[in-house]
Amino acid sequence: MSPDLVKFIFGRLTWDAIPLHEPILLVTFGMVALGGLTVLALLTRYKLWGYLWREWLTSVDHKKIGVMYIILAIVMLLRGFADALMMRAQQAMAFGEAAGYLPPHHYDQIFTAHGVIMIFFVAMPLVTGLMNLVVPMQIGARDVAFPFLNNFSFWMTVGGAVLVMASLFVGEFARTGWLAYPPLSNIAYSPGVGVDYYIWALQVAGVGTTLSGINLVVTIIKMRAPGMSLMKMPVFTWTSLCTNVLIVATFPILTATLALLTADRYLLTNFFTNDFGGNPMMYVNLIWIWGHPEVYILILPAFGVFSEVVSTFCGKRLFGYSSMVYATVVITILSYIVWLHHFFTMGSGASVNSFFGITTMIISIPTGAKIFNWLFTMYRGRIRFEVPMMWTVGFMVTFVIGGMTGVLLAVPPADFVLHNSLFLIAHFHNVIIGGVVFGMFAGIVYWFPKAFGFKLDPFWGKVSFWCWLVGFWVAFTPLYVLGLMGVTRRVSQFEDQSLQIWFVIAACGAVIILCGIVAFLVQIVVSIMNREALRDETGDPWNGRTLEWSTSSPPPAYNFAFTPVVNELDAWWDMKQRGYQRPTSGFIPIHMPANTGAGVVLAGISTLLGFALIWHIWWLSAVAFIALVASAIAHTFNFKRDYYIPAEEVVRVEDARTEALRSLT
Amino acid sequence: MASQAHALTEADKNRFYLTKEHHPENGTLLGFWIYLMSDCLIFAVLFACYAVLGRNYAAGPSGADLFDLQLVAINTGLLLLSSITYGFAMISAQAKKVKPVLIWLGITGLLGLGFLSLELYEFHHLIQEGAGPQRSAFLSSFFVLVGTHGLHVTFGIIWLVTLMVQVAQRGLGAEMKRRLMCLSMFWHFLDVIWIGVFSFVYLLGVLK
Repeated sequence: MSPDLVKFIFGRLTWDAIPLHEPILLVTFGMVALGGLTVLALLTRYKLWGYLWREWLTSVDHKKIGVMYIILAIVMLLRGFADALMMRAQQAMAFGEAAGYLPPHHYDQIFTAHGVIMIFFVAMPLVTGLMNLVVPMQIGARDVAFPFLNNFSFWMTVGGAVLVMASLFVGEFARTGWLAYPPLSNIAYSPGVGVDYYIWALQVAGVGTTLSGINLVVTIIKMRAPGMSLMKMPVFTWTSLCTNVLIVATFPILTATLALLTADRYLLTNFFTNDFGGNPMMYVNLIWIWGHPEVYILILPAFGVFSEVVSTFCGKRLFGYSSMVYATVVITILSYIVWLHHFFTMGSGASVNSFFGITTMIISIPTGAKIFNWLFTMYRGRIRFEVPMMWTVGFMVTFVIGGMTGVLLAVPPADFVLHNSLFLIAHFHNVIIGGVVFGMFAGIVYWFPKAFGFKLDPFWGKVSFWCWLVGFWVAFTPLYVLGLMGVTRRVSQFEDQSLQIWFVIAACGAVIILCGIVAFLVQIVVSIMNREALRDETGDPWNGRTLEWSTSSPPPAYNFAFTPVVNELDAWWDMKQRGYQRPTSGFIPIHMPANTGAGVVLAGISTLLGFALIWHIWWLSAVAFIALVASAIAHTFNFKRDYYIPAEEVVRVEDARTEALRSLT
Repeated sequence: MASQAHALTEADKNRFYLTKEHHPENGTLLGFWIYLMSDCLIFAVLFACYAVLGRNYAAGPSGADLFDLQLVAINTGLLLLSSITYGFAMISAQAKKVKPVLIWLGITGLLGLGFLSLELYEFHHLIQEGAGPQRSAFLSSFFVLVGTHGLHVTFGIIWLVTLMVQVAQRGLGAEMKRRLMCLSMFWHFLDVIWIGVFSFVYLLGVLK
């Protein structure tokens, strides 16, 4: 074939893009391929493809979508954490003469991939997954407002993750750091496919995130059970509402900003170039107008989890419910006016820097109010130190310290010294691990019995918790020290031998965290094996307070046979106090949304489109784009989107539960 | 409406659940509103870029050198007129008259096409003159802002044709009316954005 034809068919894609000369990548690829093939073989062996497709992949059930989000997050956590271990190992050994085992161009991809994966494909799916799983049940609804969009959003997130994973074995990933600042990320300095993988992975996943944000906002506003006024909503629902408002109000900015970078790279425009009037600082401003609210998108649901956990395991209503709500709303608003503290060193001048420094410090006031509310809830409570409560207490200790180092960084003169140092790295890991990750683990352990009908094994849960807590401090305290000594981030080799010991300690900490992750996986396996002993038939294993605990575990597809009526905050607690009797007769057919494969198809085509654009395969881009529009239109011609669960089926499910409850007494 | 849905009657206070079928209010229009606001933010970013970069001519042509206000005035007229005709389509939809709906939607689509053709002509003309999007940051932000609006209009027209087919097939039930309403909001939203583009980019652009 002529070279022109080959170039037309494959664009930039050549055999050189396959990293056959990189042993680390080859071994990784071998392991991923082996693991993948094993899973596929097992699915075929046990004839599970049909089940998987009908019951999970095409499901519009918010509970199943929530579970799938969390599974995606755990898989990606393994990838993102492997990157972390590689960085820690490299930095622990690359001193003086030793160059370590990672060449700089590989190291740069690893720290970029680590950041991108951990934020977009671990933390975001965990948060979205937990909100999907819990929010509709907490408000007494049967599903979200737009069930198909929910399925589609999930698969778009998967599509983004697939693109990031593909970059490992086909081509390369960005070497720019997780926010891909121009001019480095622009075509002049990053001509390869790395930044394009970054852009299209985030764009594909970003569509999913924005739509899921709209979906959950409408769900919470429109679908609450009768009687549940805003100030009777559970705190987790409140924080979810604020998070999703933030998603809707910020992800379009990320989309637009990345689109402008795309224009610079593909159409050679001059938004963020150094010449022809372009302004790279415009990008930095825009990306942080998204980026700062993003950290609150992640932390607010974690705050919601802690609020639920604290009041449940202290057996008290939450102290200061309304101040908790107001604090959440204030944080939501303030998060929008602090973005410039990420680049005080840009040189905006003293007045601008002071404004953003002060607004940043003000955020610690509502956050502090929340901490005190949790403490006062614990005060004189009957505290049960179950695993979710341990994560919560571990969070309070860790997060407060992370918050205080954040206030240090909010002081512009101090920031001039600490900017881009390992002190900053230690700070944001302190709040993201200590806040978001601990919160999500607390949430997973807390709601796991609701999703699957049995509790997680407490022993391995405690092992996981202690490894994470200790490992976190061993890994990141040295980075605080190094940062104060002036060591900057994203460096792959060091001259000064005296620093090495700190990096070795940090690497040990990473290994302890690894033990925590392994213990978490062991916990899941052990719990599945012991599920009969851990079984919860009541549906309310923790003596909970909110509506999700009023139905069975796992809940039926329709969540509630009859829509609950809410009279009080902590509706389920109120129902229990007033002698609620579960209805056992008079069931009626239930109207539910029908499953559809359209989400898988649309997201699959979008991912293909992204891949074609990354590699400049223009004919495939055109075909994929037309196919995308055509399938979207075809989907709008599908008017059969719902069905009724017959009354007999509801009777059968509810009778089985009556039987199960009777056998308990 | 929403407050009524959450207010409890005296009878409700003594029971724990509803025994009748319960349907929450449909959320499509609210969801679409929120989508429009998120889209509005995309335009906000593009306007902000234009505000910051719009005077960075890089020794190239400025708006005063390039813009043909008469052409833009005609264009604006077409788009504003198309909003009115869409409004007539909605009035006919309320009256459940399928044929007038299709006619008005058709006229709306044609006006949209006219708008797009003039815009493409303008773009082509500018690029021919050497004032393409690569020339300067001013022209980059101009082309991307105006072009993104044009892209929205293009999708609006594809959507409009789809809805015309569906209205012809299925008449004007509640679901079709809701879909027409969504496109209506989208179409008027693009009008509002265009008024911003017209005043902020073109009118202010020729001043200097």
